[in-house]
Amino acid sequence: MAQESLNLFSLLMSSLRVAVPLLFAAYGGLISERSGVIQIALEGFLLIGALTAAILAHYTGSPWLGVLAGACAGIFLAGVMGFFVLALKVDQIIAGTAINLLAFGTAPFVTKVLFDSTGSSPALPIESRFTVAPMFLAAALSVLMSYWFYQTRSGLVVQFAGEAPQALEVAGTSVLKTRWKSLLACGALAGIGGATLSTYLSSAYSPNMTGGRGFIALAALIFGRWKPLPTLLACFFFGFTDALQIRLQGVNSLIPVQFVQILPYLFTVIALAGFFGQSRAPKALGQTLNRG
Amino acid sequence: MKNSSAWCSILKSFFGFVVGLSLALTLTALAGENPLHVLVVLMRSSFGSSYDFGLVLFYTTSLVFTGLAVCLPFQAGLFNIGAEGQLTMGALTMAAVGILWPALAFPWAPLLAVLAGVFVAGLWGFIPGWLRASRGSHEVIVTMMFNFIAAGASSYFIVGALKSTDSQNPETASIGAGYLLKNIDPIHGLSPDSPFNSAFLIAILMSFITWLLLNKTVWGYELKAVGLSPEAASTAGINAKKYRILSMILAGGFAGLVGLNEILGSAGKFRLGFSPDYGFMGIAVALLARNNPLGIIFSAFLFGALQKGATDLDLETATITRDFAKILQAIIILSVAGFYAAKFLDSSSENSSVLKVSILTRIKKWLKKA
Repeated sequence: MAQESLNLFSLLMSSLRVAVPLLFAAYGGLISERSGVIQIALEGFLLIGALTAAILAHYTGSPWLGVLAGACAGIFLAGVMGFFVLALKVDQIIAGTAINLLAFGTAPFVTKVLFDSTGSSPALPIESRFTVAPMFLAAALSVLMSYWFYQTRSGLVVQFAGEAPQALEVAGTSVLKTRWKSLLACGALAGIGGATLSTYLSSAYSPNMTGGRGFIALAALIFGRWKPLPTLLACFFFGFTDALQIRLQGVNSLIPVQFVQILPYLFTVIALAGFFGQSRAPKALGQTLNRG
Repeated sequence: MKNSSAWCSILKSFFGFVVGLSLALTLTALAGENPLHVLVVLMRSSFGSSYDFGLVLFYTTSLVFTGLAVCLPFQAGLFNIGAEGQLTMGALTMAAVGILWPALAFPWAPLLAVLAGVFVAGLWGFIPGWLRASRGSHEVIVTMMFNFIAAGASSYFIVGALKSTDSQNPETASIGAGYLLKNIDPIHGLSPDSPFNSAFLIAILMSFITWLLLNKTVWGYELKAVGLSPEAASTAGINAKKYRILSMILAGGFAGLVGLNEILGSAGKFRLGFSPDYGFMGIAVALLARNNPLGIIFSAFLFGALQKGATDLDLETATITRDFAKILQAIIILSVAGFYAAKFLDSSSENSSVLKVSILTRIKKWLKKA
């Protein structure tokens, strides 16, 4: 009995841990999507954030500099995406797909040049890794996010950019600038999320270490109906399924591990089909604003 | 007018491709490689021998199928990024049929497998299409989720019911000999050591059929009308939902035919990770071809050659890995899409006609002053 409750406790703790990168990415995606920019490139931002953070932490010995670098790398990649979707008005889904490909093509190239290995970065010693700090960062972020999104002017501006861009323009605020800021903020947050993958959840960058977490984060924000608090809960829930499937690997259990792995995707489809109550995307999601 | 815009598209695709390729090659210089040498390796590895060329055509075959799977829903106004999941389900079903009834004889065996595979893959396209039409669920997200669900299903069956007993690799058992296209293959002999097979002919045939369907039938006309404006099409009495669902079913079926090339045509089993993301490459293929089914043959060939070339770069250069194919694809996608979006070279676009009018009025004013 004591053994079992201990097991459950450690399962819940590891759920919280693996929810951290999800939460950063999902909040990033939420800001981007609520401002009107479809965000399917979270996977790429996470990967590039994880790689950059591992490199910086390796050379400087500081995980905080790693997080900073991860954020910068995310901002840079989001900037590339912004150039195409906001300046040139390329289709957002096409551009997002390309950004993911770019990240997944560039990462092995960089590790090969820097470390002469096609995969991982060198393992980080314990003092260049995080122990608990990212968990507190994530908690602080979720409080801040709910406040900022509903209670501040800039949060409302982001909502308007995705719901009623024309109205925002009439009110004298540039939709384009709002979307630029939101997209870059998304890159920063997802980059930090990636940094926690390589400096908090593990001790190095390894190839494809995101393993679809960017898409799970997207699923979480959709499952959370594009709202901060439900998105937080969705991240916990998907974190739990992730922790559970890690626990079930190699164990002969009644439930196949693959079934647990696909649960987040299954739930998201069911939510999108409107079976858990209405789930509505921002009205102007994916639309470019043509002025004049 | 129609003709000149077609030429415009071809020019833009061409420029987009060349600029993208050059940019990606320049990137290799940063890693200390000679971009020209990289280009030479890319070319040699695609066209150097009949084996190499056979492999390029093998990739081309799968890419034609996934290109069509993206193109058709696009014409109906939907974005199918689920070709990867659809092809996984199709290939998995073909392998399952071939393993469950190994004794079936030649002409009927592959026919049954293909029908079953296309049916299941079509179902994998139908569900997102139906959810979109009846419940308004965004097809991009649903097809993306379906990719992951398909990946989970394939890994479940590969380690479970369809497991190979005589191999440690993550792959299914082999299908019955009667299922293999090799039983009568008129073109495999052209490149006997490569996986190139007669599925290539089916791919070309499908491109032509799709082209005819879209351009020479009422069905295709109505489908494109739905893509241009679902509201206007509905007003004109066209059942937009029906066309969107149908386009997704057909797309799933096309993607499922990748299994014909991979399972029945060459490998004879389902190997985990056999697809180098054919489904996502299909987006690039359709984009470069501007969703023209005949153009897809050419753009699939170009991306097939790049895919083959990049695997050889791994061996022939110090710093470039096979993942370079992804960089190439990404930069070419962005460059081609950028060329289209920038309305550059576009004689018929709104922007330039507005520009022309304003220039004309300015000239008139200037003349009056003079």
